Amino acid sequence: MNFFFDYIWLIPVYPLLAFAAIILFLNPSKKGSAGLAIAMIALSTVHAWAIVFNTIGAFMADAHHGIHIDGWSLPVEWIPTGFTVFNTGFAVDGFTAAMLFMVPFVCTLIFIYASEYMEGYEAEFGRYSRFFAYVSLFAAGMLMLVIADNLLLLFISWEIMGLCSYLLIGFWFEKTYPDADKVATPRNLIQVLQFWKYAGPDKIPPKLAALKAFMTTRIGDVMLFAGMMILWSVSGTLSFREIFAPDMLEHLTEITLWGIPVATLSALLIFGGAVGKSAQFPLHVWLPDAMEGPTPVSALIHAATMVSAGVYLVARMLPLFATMEHSPALQWVGIIGAITAVMGATIGVAQYDVKRVLAYSTISQLGYMMMALGLGGFVAGIFHLLTHSFFKALLFLGSGSIIHAMEHEIHAAHAHGHDDAHPHHDEHGHHDEHDHQASHPAHPDPQDMRNMGALRHKMMPSFIAYLCGTLALIGFPLTAGFWSKDEILAEAFLHRSEPLAFWIYIAGTVGAIFTAFYMGRQIGLVFFGRPRTSLAENAAEPGWRMTMPLIVLAFFALFIGFINIPEEVFGIHVPFGGWLHGFAGEVHLMAEEAAPGLNFAPGTFVPQVAITSSLLAIVSFFFGGWLYSRRRTAEELDPIQTIPVIGKPIFAILYNKYYFDEIYRGLLIYPTMALATFCAKFDYDWVINPIVNFFGRFTSLLADGSAAFDKYGVDGYFVNGIPNAFNWFGGQLRLLQTGRAQNYLLILVVGLLILIGIYLLLWTGGAAGVASLPTS
Amino acid sequence: MTTIPLSWWLTVSAALFSIGMYGALTRRNAIGILMGVELILNAVNINLVAFWRYIAPNDVAGQIFAIIVISVAAAEAAVGLAIVIAVYRRRHSAVVEELDILKN
Repeated sequence: MNFFFDYIWLIPVYPLLAFAAIILFLNPSKKGSAGLAIAMIALSTVHAWAIVFNTIGAFMADAHHGIHIDGWSLPVEWIPTGFTVFNTGFAVDGFTAAMLFMVPFVCTLIFIYASEYMEGYEAEFGRYSRFFAYVSLFAAGMLMLVIADNLLLLFISWEIMGLCSYLLIGFWFEKTYPDADKVATPRNLIQVLQFWKYAGPDKIPPKLAALKAFMTTRIGDVMLFAGMMILWSVSGTLSFREIFAPDMLEHLTEITLWGIPVATLSALLIFGGAVGKSAQFPLHVWLPDAMEGPTPVSALIHAATMVSAGVYLVARMLPLFATMEHSPALQWVGIIGAITAVMGATIGVAQYDVKRVLAYSTISQLGYMMMALGLGGFVAGIFHLLTHSFFKALLFLGSGSIIHAMEHEIHAAHAHGHDDAHPHHDEHGHHDEHDHQASHPAHPDPQDMRNMGALRHKMMPSFIAYLCGTLALIGFPLTAGFWSKDEILAEAFLHRSEPLAFWIYIAGTVGAIFTAFYMGRQIGLVFFGRPRTSLAENAAEPGWRMTMPLIVLAFFALFIGFINIPEEVFGIHVPFGGWLHGFAGEVHLMAEEAAPGLNFAPGTFVPQVAITSSLLAIVSFFFGGWLYSRRRTAEELDPIQTIPVIGKPIFAILYNKYYFDEIYRGLLIYPTMALATFCAKFDYDWVINPIVNFFGRFTSLLADGSAAFDKYGVDGYFVNGIPNAFNWFGGQLRLLQTGRAQNYLLILVVGLLILIGIYLLLWTGGAAGVASLPTS
Repeated sequence: MTTIPLSWWLTVSAALFSIGMYGALTRRNAIGILMGVELILNAVNINLVAFWRYIAPNDVAGQIFAIIVISVAAAEAAVGLAIVIAVYRRRHSAVVEELDILKN
């Protein structure tokens, strides 16, 4: 059994291998890519579940002795740096095990779903295999995040997921919305203050949406990194275990930076990262536009896994937040969570795109998780995280099935029309001439709920699954969502004497009312009433690969809540109550003394809270359902708009998402662009480029001079001169070669005379030698 | 009786040599050049014999040397004339100035 633990690092490696294999080899094969991706993530699931059940087994064995799980860790020596070695590693404790149960399993289901969903878009965009490469890489990132035992590895996985989010949101990057460019931008403060006049485009193209997501989360990432740096510089370590040692926590609380304890400061900065990644106010603006990506992406990244990474981070670092009884860090977490919860829920009421409703629902529910963590309720937060992942993934996949059903007519028309008019595309996805406008001029938007109606007759299994997810989301009694949401509200209610808890309770309840209302609205608009356009009339249930994951998830959405029921419900003692509290709650037990803000008490069942919230939810749900199932046409006004006097403005505000995009555009984006333009002008036109060009020209001039010197001076004088001299000399010598024997003889005689002269003068002593020759 | 000093013989030989050299160098006609060459060879002969007679008269080497030179001169004259005749047959002229194919 230890094999599974020793090789825990393989869990993210399986999908990583799938990513590499698809990119390098399997791109041409669609079935192969999908198959490999699904196989690898299933392998991760198997491996992860082996670890999970092993951990559960160990916990159950020890549970009666009250010994908490220390968790299990695998340190890895990574980078030798001078005297020390930078250690990273992996660790499994109750929290990680819970995440390991949920993440790969939901990923597997979504991959299977996507294998059918993406086929519908293959003709228009291609890149089917690349999709699976990207989601595999994403899964690798998320899996590595949950098993990391230090902040650095977590941050690396965080960034991997950010990258994949960008790639996947912008997956259909050729799509354009022509009216998106025509919106004016506020150019000065006065105009910013009149933001409602600059109401932005309803949808932005996927390319811009991807950039928006990346940029916004980047702001969070910078804050996260700053927090990490401060933490590391003061504590010297990034490993969770070492940071949460009680002495280290006390040390971090004592040291202050600009008057704020380092623990709180770094906690707030880390929370900043979570605000970006988990789409909390004020960095929530990217999540609705991220719906431009394919629906499996929305389900995977923006419901189940990536946005929960922010919650995971805060939960993991909770002792750092909770170093004081009413720590400001925790308060901020709670406040922002509460604001986000209410804001998301109210906006969701006025959206028409089926996925946007769910996006705002996600924002709102993440706010709930933050509210739970803000109360110090570690287990309450992660319990809601787990249940939310299941039912939100279910809802998103369900919305994908709805869209798929609505597009059935379009795809049929496309295939039909294409057979007649256009030739087949070749393998490289060379597309038709028509640009990829979101709405082909012929048919209405398949994602707009106003165009739907009475779909339950056409897609009964998906409808039932969707209904299960909805019931879980609104907190219908006994569903998973009920238990998790109720624990948060009960906890807030019990502490309602504290202002933060009080407002959290109010926010949670108001949010729940609106949540139920907009979900009822959605069910009423989509599944009930009568079909309002031809798309809805010709809708068809998708295949088993899309419906089966829905049914599996529906099962979990209904029943997974039973892992953490309060121990006493209406006086009945529940045998396995508070199980998750025991299993995962003791993760931070070692920091208990140093982190008084943490709340280790298992959830209590408060009947007033449970009954109130259930009643409010059910009433709002049915009211919304009744109100909107009465809609007859696609173009008529929303009932909210028909409220006299305030209806239209309220609806406009909610529809335009409280004008956050417009305010940001005027306040932040336009000045940044203006500054960038100024800097560009400074660079290109005014200063930098002219200087560079001057130097270039000057150097060119010098080079020309040097070239001239080389050509005339060196070449002319030396390189050519020497041969020329030799040539002249040779020419002169050649004159001796007359070809006439007599001249040669003359030369011979002259030479001989010279030699004789030399001989006489030097060899034998000159004239004296001549005179000594015998004469007689 | 006073003998003729060696130096007189050498002078004659040198003069004959010079005349022969002058002739070899300045004649236009090829046969004239050959004549000059003959004169040179004869001058050399006189030189050889004079040296033999005055330095080592008992040694027969001087005589032998002179005889060899005479025979070589004869052979060489024959060959030279043969060449001149061959050239004349070709060019119908024995003027040496025109034989400059090896020029340059």
